[in-house]
Amino acid sequence: MRPPVEPVQIVKQRRDAALRGLVSGVPYMAWLGIQFDRRGDELTAVLPFDERLIGNPALPALHGGVTAAFLEVAAIIELAWGNLWEDLEAGRAQADTPIRLPKTIDFTVDYLRAGLPRDAYARARINRSGRRYASVHVEAWQDNRSRLFAQGTGHFLMPPAAGEPAE
Amino acid sequence: MRANKGGMSDITRIARQFIEAIPHARALGMVLEAIGDGRATLAMPYDPRFIGDPAIGVIHGGAVSALMDTASGAAVMCHPTGPISTATLDLRIDYFRPATPGQRITARAECYHVTRSVAFVRVTATDEDEGRPVAAATGAFTLDRVRT
Repeated sequence: MRPPVEPVQIVKQRRDAALRGLVSGVPYMAWLGIQFDRRGDELTAVLPFDERLIGNPALPALHGGVTAAFLEVAAIIELAWGNLWEDLEAGRAQADTPIRLPKTIDFTVDYLRAGLPRDAYARARINRSGRRYASVHVEAWQDNRSRLFAQGTGHFLMPPAAGEPAE
Repeated sequence: MRANKGGMSDITRIARQFIEAIPHARALGMVLEAIGDGRATLAMPYDPRFIGDPAIGVIHGGAVSALMDTASGAAVMCHPTGPISTATLDLRIDYFRPATPGQRITARAECYHVTRSVAFVRVTATDEDEGRPVAAATGAFTLDRVRT
């Protein structure tokens, strides 16, 4: 016989708390103001516009470093969330289980057009996720999903799984 | 690079005002240390708000990227060919090791090749242990010149 279905609110609460735990622990993400929108297991990183994110006051345009950081953060959280989601669903992790984030090996940013002084969004796609290494592609846009203003690809060193010796 | 050796030149002073007026550079506390001839050195003090790994207090790679990107743009702007503006086309960042908590980070950028419309830049970031870089990047930047 199937176990009783959990009420949707309980499931949502658990998933949202886990995501909050992942994001809120990193001061730099909070300082930039990066948030995450969740639909099921799909994440969208959101960077609300702020004056101090400007890199070119004459245009004005977002700082290239902000764009790079936003893409990198979106990639890291996507990777960590992917792992956490599986553990959460399997009941191996709780919302407050401490998470070790992947470490960036390298990251390449392709600047396609100037970042406007508006909110920005990013979605990451894990192209390969091995036990030790992962490759992630990220796309960022503002007003139009089809007009990307930047994209990036990075390689990441995955944290050792529970019970494995640290690096 | 010794553009500011023994008293700051006008160029260094103007460039410093220019860079420190960029809202994001100011928000990260960036300071221009030296500039001239297609090279620039910028530093950023340690700040707990920019931590990426709270367990060990290491500065987030994104903040280091922002410093390296700004240093690279400054290096392009002071190239002897006299560009009037620049923008990053692409930047590839390699992270070597976590920066030591509490230490300032310095980025040294140089244009190693320029064409009529593109500058190729490399940049290295170090903490106070200057023999062991924390990150390096190479990038291509647009180079807009005055039309003659």
